[in-house]
Amino acid sequence: MIPTVIVFGYLAVVLYIGIFAFRHRVGEPRAEDYFLAGRTLGPAVFLLSLFGTNMTAFTILGSAGHAFANGIVTFGLMASASAFVIPLTLFFVGTRVWALGQRHGFMTPVQMFRDRWECGHVGTVIFAVQAALLVPYIVIGVMGGGTALRAITGGLIPYWLGGAVVALVVMSYVFFGGMRGTAWVNAFQTVLFLSFGAIALLLIGRRMGGFSAAMESLLASPSTAALLTRERVSPLFFFSYTFIPLSTIAFPHITIFCLTARRMSQFRRTVVLYPLCLLAIWLPCVFLGVAANAMHDVPRIQQKLVARQTLAAAPAGIPADERADLRRQAAGDDVVPVMLEWYAPLWLAGILGAGIMAAVMASDSQILALSTMFTEDVFAYYGGKARFGETIQIRTGRMFVVALTVIAYLVALRAPQGIFELAVQFAFSGYAALSPLLFAAFFWRRSTKWGALAVALWTAFAVVYSWRVPAGLAWFGLMPVVPMTLVSGALMIAVSLLTRPPSAATIARYQAATGSAKCQVPSAKWS
Amino acid sequence: MQVLIWSLLIAAVYLLHQDFWFWGSARPLVFGFLPVGLAYHAAYCVAATLLMWSLTRFAWPEHLEREER
Repeated sequence: MIPTVIVFGYLAVVLYIGIFAFRHRVGEPRAEDYFLAGRTLGPAVFLLSLFGTNMTAFTILGSAGHAFANGIVTFGLMASASAFVIPLTLFFVGTRVWALGQRHGFMTPVQMFRDRWECGHVGTVIFAVQAALLVPYIVIGVMGGGTALRAITGGLIPYWLGGAVVALVVMSYVFFGGMRGTAWVNAFQTVLFLSFGAIALLLIGRRMGGFSAAMESLLASPSTAALLTRERVSPLFFFSYTFIPLSTIAFPHITIFCLTARRMSQFRRTVVLYPLCLLAIWLPCVFLGVAANAMHDVPRIQQKLVARQTLAAAPAGIPADERADLRRQAAGDDVVPVMLEWYAPLWLAGILGAGIMAAVMASDSQILALSTMFTEDVFAYYGGKARFGETIQIRTGRMFVVALTVIAYLVALRAPQGIFELAVQFAFSGYAALSPLLFAAFFWRRSTKWGALAVALWTAFAVVYSWRVPAGLAWFGLMPVVPMTLVSGALMIAVSLLTRPPSAATIARYQAATGSAKCQVPSAKWS
Repeated sequence: MQVLIWSLLIAAVYLLHQDFWFWGSARPLVFGFLPVGLAYHAAYCVAATLLMWSLTRFAWPEHLEREER
């Protein structure tokens, strides 16, 4: 009961922050204020919120679960690769996105692409691909909320109610607070789950009498010693994973978030501190996931270890249902909450449960981004804003937020979770394959709209193909993300060279805005 | 020349991520409990921070900000 009360207290605080942010505004609402917080986010909120936006349920629950099964390799695959690639892309691309947003008033990446490549409907195709890849993320967020709330409350809140509560809270603060509310909530959540890792590690380590004995016992057994090395994955697979973080800057909610900073100097602190924030959250979670393999005194973890051993020893002809059941029992996604339940006092488990909820409720930015994209790239672009005005545009955006949340909730109730987890994995590869759009837009003057169209169509095809034929693009032992991204880049180059480039005026304008040239040409609108 | 130096530095830090040298080793346990492969990648995050600090300090695209003012 105590954890349930604490978690609901946390949800109330989150709701208050969102509504408070809404009340903060005065006068007539403007689209830029609702969707981009008026481009006025300060340095601390910008850093914490950008980082928090990029962390999902996987960060705490999934990373520990992955480490429980695969060992320390999880950190090198997902955390340290991101610690290098993500800040680098923010440095090179994020700053340019910000500068162009300031100069031309862009609110979405598609607006930028339309202007850069002098295109209209090609931009709509890019919008469609981006939106389709974002939807599974939103659904999985609702599912994660339902699962986490059920686990934290010990089953007191059923899955359907947990999902509904989380969806309602997220929808409310996105609806009322827009980007400002979402950013403040994200900043608050980031502080919570950044503290979570260190507290959980210290607490569990202290109750266990230190981790040295646990590590030695893992090393002593041939079946677990490999968890402390990277022997279970190939170097090529490890290399492949460094392509995944390229997806971050191509995610519309991250690109759009780059437009919210008050000054470009705010990127400095974010770029520098991003790897340390990753270290602070991922290292404890991965380490705890690995250490869980030595916690034979925790009954629910012992059950998982037994299920894993049974699975490993099972003959090849074991029925599929039985194998799936053993896999489910051996899955380690809940090892951190299980450890906390065993080692932490109830009230602290409740606070740490709120930290888990903070990471799970990551779908807010995606919902807002999709709403921004719909109202700007479709509603406004096809004449809605000119015809009905900015107030109706914001109202449309809010209605879109409600509709999207309701649909995501209904889908989350009916669809099996595995399908959407898979879809999210493909979404990462898909967005990595879309990243050449940003690099070409800013760093290659010769790029064209037809090159951009080829990238978008190839990405759509490759995601669907990888889904239907799982190993279809796993060339030479690499993960599909590598050929997907490389082919995408090659298509951008080849198709652009074969087609007519944008006008010299546009190229010069972008050279001035993103390169070192200083020529100034008036802005133009392409519709 | 500056672009070349920064490119080489970035490439070098990227290559350090592919640390085949600790691939199969768990020992030494750093601080008595951290497997060396994990400790290496934790240190890699600190190295990435230093690279980012250097980039923001010495290669900051100031012209972008100046033009917006």
